[in-house]
Amino acid sequence: MKEIVVISGKGGTGKTSITASFAYLAGNDVLVADCDVDAADLHLLLKPDFAKEEDFYSGLIAEIDQKYCTNCGRCANVCRFDAIPFKNNHFEVDSIDCEGCAYCAKVCPTSAIELKAAYSGKWFTSTTRLNSPMIHARLGIGSDNSGKLVTKVKNEAKILAESISKSYILIDGSPGIGCPVVSSLSGANFVLLITEPSISGIHDLKRVYDLVKSFKIKAGCIINKFDINKNGTDEILEFLKKENIEHIASIPYNENFTKAMTNAQTIVEYDKGELTEILTNSWEKIKRIIA
Amino acid sequence: MKIAIASGKGGTGKTTLSTNLASYLSQNTQVVLTDLDVEEPNSGLFLSGEIINKEDKFKMIPEWIEDKCNGCGICQNACKFNAVLQFGDFISVLPELCHSCYACSELCPTDALPMIPKKMGELTHKKLGNLSLIESRLSIGEEQAVPLIKQTNKYVNKNLSAAKIQIFDSPPGTSCPVIEATKNVDFVILITEPTPFGLHDLKLAVDTMREMKKDFAVVINRFGIGNDEVIDYCNNNGIEIIAKFPNDRRVAELYSKGELLYLQIPEFARELEKVKNYIYNLIEEFE
Ligand code: SF4
Ligand code: SF4
Ligand code: SF4
Ligand code: SF4
Repeated sequence: MKEIVVISGKGGTGKTSITASFAYLAGNDVLVADCDVDAADLHLLLKPDFAKEEDFYSGLIAEIDQKYCTNCGRCANVCRFDAIPFKNNHFEVDSIDCEGCAYCAKVCPTSAIELKAAYSGKWFTSTTRLNSPMIHARLGIGSDNSGKLVTKVKNEAKILAESISKSYILIDGSPGIGCPVVSSLSGANFVLLITEPSISGIHDLKRVYDLVKSFKIKAGCIINKFDINKNGTDEILEFLKKENIEHIASIPYNENFTKAMTNAQTIVEYDKGELTEILTNSWEKIKRIIA
Repeated sequence: MKIAIASGKGGTGKTTLSTNLASYLSQNTQVVLTDLDVEEPNSGLFLSGEIINKEDKFKMIPEWIEDKCNGCGICQNACKFNAVLQFGDFISVLPELCHSCYACSELCPTDALPMIPKKMGELTHKKLGNLSLIESRLSIGEEQAVPLIKQTNKYVNKNLSAAKIQIFDSPPGTSCPVIEATKNVDFVILITEPTPFGLHDLKLAVDTMREMKKDFAVVINRFGIGNDEVIDYCNNNGIEIIAKFPNDRRVAELYSKGELLYLQIPEFARELEKVKNYIYNLIEEFE
């Protein structure tokens, strides 16, 4: 079983549209996982059925039982996150600010503070409209544990893929360079970087590749909208060569990307021209590389 | 007046709007643009300027002093983030996991874990005429954006609070960093695209803003692609649409070279003028 993660550093490069197309091309042999839990969009194209839904708890949150509280204020004093304001004559935990460090509970003289598991989202086991299994999630608003939810999605995807022996796990990875993308990358066999030749695209590609390098994962790159800035594309190609990153394909600026999305279809279903051809070749190439 | 520019996901034109708007407004008044997308700060790629200050930003982590430690294990027990581990007589601190809560340090009976600063990122302060640009960048490997966002906001409050208009380029999404970046602003502008992805992400952003009880309005980017669902959604939910930036291949091309759009595309400047008027009205109401 091979794990392929698609990431982009910067948003808006076509990462999810390309992932969905590969899910279509892989047919029966793939399990899809959406690790972009903060702004999950893959389900808009693959229409999973949300067959099984489970709450995800991670980390802690403090709660004061007013019955036992003597308003001594020690908790508020030690809390480094200003999460226990004094309002309407009593101390109360602000659930958005509380980091769940439990320091307050340790110093409360009357044991009035309890730490409870914090709700941080939901995860789903589904079958997509293409009939492939899919694990995906939705992060709770203001939750700070997206990395943990990503790990959960990845672990569940692995367990399921093994039990039904799929050859590929295809992962729509998280944006950025922080905790969630670190979680997306760990354990992957191949990482596909989607970029565009804009100065911010190039900048973010380099930044996110620093992270990929530290994981020592084999990497490939697709340059989207390569024809909007020729110098930029040249710079990317040079970077790929220098870092020994496989150049999988260059895709021209093409509004069918958006039109396919508006039709709730993958690109390879909607487009009957160059895009489908390039993506089909790309998927074959990736399969050969990781074989 | 503090205004955040936010979106449910990245790549919808957040940085394009913040940089163009900040530059446009600075033709008439003092403006600060603060890039709080600390994982991927990109504003500096579009706005140059003279660097007037650069400083490292630190978070506090415990440092173990072996000679003072009695091996009681209170620290490991206190840390809910598994950032302090005890192996026999040895205490090990994992800085990336530390949330700087001070529990281990202050509960240690022998003062063997004093808190010391560790670099988590870098802040750059640039100036370009009336425009000040503040950009913070998280170091690679650091996983927590929130502490750096807090410190960056502090810097702006301390040094630049006199500016009439303060714009904050918020990180994308709906999680902690977004909350931190938008919680102290007076108004939020949500930017989205008129596509199914855009609509879905806009709904998440709207839910987040409503949860935070923030006033907000919407700007549509790449208007002309996709469909009418975003506009219908805004109309049905009483959400004001301030401006519609046209979809244009020239936008993608100029953006890719890091150039400001309003200087070269009149339709873009016209929409930006609407955002400007909207903000000036807000300021009037506010004062
Ligand atoms: S420390 Fe305990 S008793 Fe004192 S104010 Fe806090 S909750 Fe109440
Ligand atoms: S658990 Fe930590 S962050 Fe939460 S209220 Fe208590 S001291 Fe503050
Ligand atoms: S709490 Fe202090 S004395 Fe106890 S094991 Fe930790 S460092 Fe050592
Ligand atoms: S300061 Fe808090 S988070 Fe950091 S190591 Fe100590 S107990 Fe853990």
